Amino acid sequence: MLQIEGVSKTYGDRVAVSDVSFEVGAGRITGFVGGNGAGKTTTMRIILGVLEADSGRVTLAGEQLTAADRRIFGYMPEERGLYPKMRVAEQIVYLGRLHGMSQRAAQASTTRLLERLELAARAGDPVESLSLGNQQRAQIAAALVHEPEVLILDEPFSGLDPMGVETVLGVLRDAAAGGAPVLFSSHQLDVVERLCDDLVIISDGTVRANGSRDELRTRHGHDRYELVVNGDVGWIREFPGVTIVEVEGGHALFEAAEPSVAQGVLRRAIEAGDVTRFAPQHPSLAQIFTEVIE
Amino acid sequence: MTRTAAPTFAESSMLVARREITMRLRSKAFLISTGILLLAVLASIVVGSLASANATEPRVAAVGSATAVVKGVKGLDVREAASVTEATRLVREGRVDAAVVPADRSTSPLGIRVIALDSAPQTVLARLSVTPPVELLAPPKQNPALVYFVALGFGLVFFMSAITFGSTIAQSVVEEKQTRVVEILMSTIPVRTLLAGKVLGNSILAFAQIAVIALLAGTGLLVTGQSSLLGILGPSIIWFVVFFALGFVLLAALFAAAASLVSRQEDVASVTTPVTMLVMIPYFLVIFFNDNPLVLGVMSYVPFSAPVGMPMRIFLGTAEWWEPMLSLVILLLSAALVIVIGSRIYSNSLLRMGGRVKLSDALAKRR
Repeated sequence: MLQIEGVSKTYGDRVAVSDVSFEVGAGRITGFVGGNGAGKTTTMRIILGVLEADSGRVTLAGEQLTAADRRIFGYMPEERGLYPKMRVAEQIVYLGRLHGMSQRAAQASTTRLLERLELAARAGDPVESLSLGNQQRAQIAAALVHEPEVLILDEPFSGLDPMGVETVLGVLRDAAAGGAPVLFSSHQLDVVERLCDDLVIISDGTVRANGSRDELRTRHGHDRYELVVNGDVGWIREFPGVTIVEVEGGHALFEAAEPSVAQGVLRRAIEAGDVTRFAPQHPSLAQIFTEVIE
Repeated sequence: MTRTAAPTFAESSMLVARREITMRLRSKAFLISTGILLLAVLASIVVGSLASANATEPRVAAVGSATAVVKGVKGLDVREAASVTEATRLVREGRVDAAVVPADRSTSPLGIRVIALDSAPQTVLARLSVTPPVELLAPPKQNPALVYFVALGFGLVFFMSAITFGSTIAQSVVEEKQTRVVEILMSTIPVRTLLAGKVLGNSILAFAQIAVIALLAGTGLLVTGQSSLLGILGPSIIWFVVFFALGFVLLAALFAAAASLVSRQEDVASVTTPVTMLVMIPYFLVIFFNDNPLVLGVMSYVPFSAPVGMPMRIFLGTAEWWEPMLSLVILLLSAALVIVIGSRIYSNSLLRMGGRVKLSDALAKRR
């Protein structure tokens, strides 16, 4: 388990992150969500030791991280980049070796990854000759070549085509299934919602919410229901215990003070005519996000 | 999962150094410029040997009683001519450089007369003249022309190699910043290791180039039969290589630190200019002041110019045996100091993209 405890960092007068604490459980995929300049990249750089925090600490399985520990981390920085003139495979082998792999192990791992990322045919080409999407895949290989035990990925999906997104999703799930803590940031809330087990929402350098996805949904859910009937549903405005979100013709979106109130609404609707749809609505991550950062 | 042992500082630096060298050796521009430099060195040696080979004994035609006079003189290629007319014809036809013919004692106290085509034949006259013995109170140990060329050689090779590999390391630092690959590297190995590997890789390349030039110059001198010159130059060339190796490490650290202040290749020149100046100064000083013992003496101890100044003094024979050692220690200490300061600038500037990092910020204690 990776733990971030009370990490703060300021640049001059500007507070980048302030007292940030959360944990990334072993075998769990944690989504790190926040707007631009919220402090995601700073936090990730501090976890990787690329930046030094002013205060706070980062521990792995309870032990303070050292430079030597960090080589078991796989890191994909937000600012992408590889050596443009180096050949794809050569470059990935080089990064593997810098992480302490033997030449043979680094080569085997590179071959395997390039196969999986469908880049094997371009292994001998210089990185600069690849398309942007393929460069992005090479970047993923660079983060994974040393078989990392912890993954920290800053916006891993940006710039990827849908197939690339699926490949990366697969890789992340495999890593988590193998017991690795996985932390990734993304602007694509739908992808985060689909993929992550846990969520950390950050805004203006402070953590606004964190916990498992379902926990957050419950915490920020409002027992919202959608009702669609044939005919008019205007009567719902007067129904006791109901707060209207929107009503239009036969379509209503409402919040119920208690589940029994919702059942009452359903019974009344069936008496009045045909009900084509009645469903509790989970708040989407986008809704939770908007609510939390306000 | 079993973890392999963490790579040591030396292992990681070697990996970085090897990448620097491999990528450099793959660059066509580098191979071509090295080839040209080597050809220039070789050409200067061959031309030097041809020039000295052409300096053959002057040919003279001697007539009658003059024959006995010129036969007694060393360093003249003498052929006899039957008459003054024939000797004159030989001069006109260019088959001899001059003719020596008998003359009336009243016009020439020596009893001979020299006939030449369009100018007084200085070499022949010198051979025929008698000069009193000269005693020099402070004889130069080396031929002044040779001194000038040796100074030019050391200065030029130092200047070229330092600039070539200095800009290579500067470009390589900025390339990593510009392409952002530096963040992956920083999350993988300590920044000091990265800097050490870069300095090491480029120093090895620079050293290899200098060593090849030295070797080429040495063999060239041997093959063209100028082994006496090799004997004179040998020790100073060896010292030059030693001093250059250390001096370049110092320069490389400076180039790397300076380059880390900017994020784009276009801006490299603006930050490395001060370092380039440091390399150019010794080059000009040694060319203009190679006969000034005071300037050379100071140069041979200042770390930036010692790689040129000290070998020059060794060549001139004005350095005591302990002087190169002392200068080398000074160079070593300054190199160590520059590496410490340089690596602070380097690690403080690597993640700052965009504009130029202020030197004062880069030197500040890491926050």
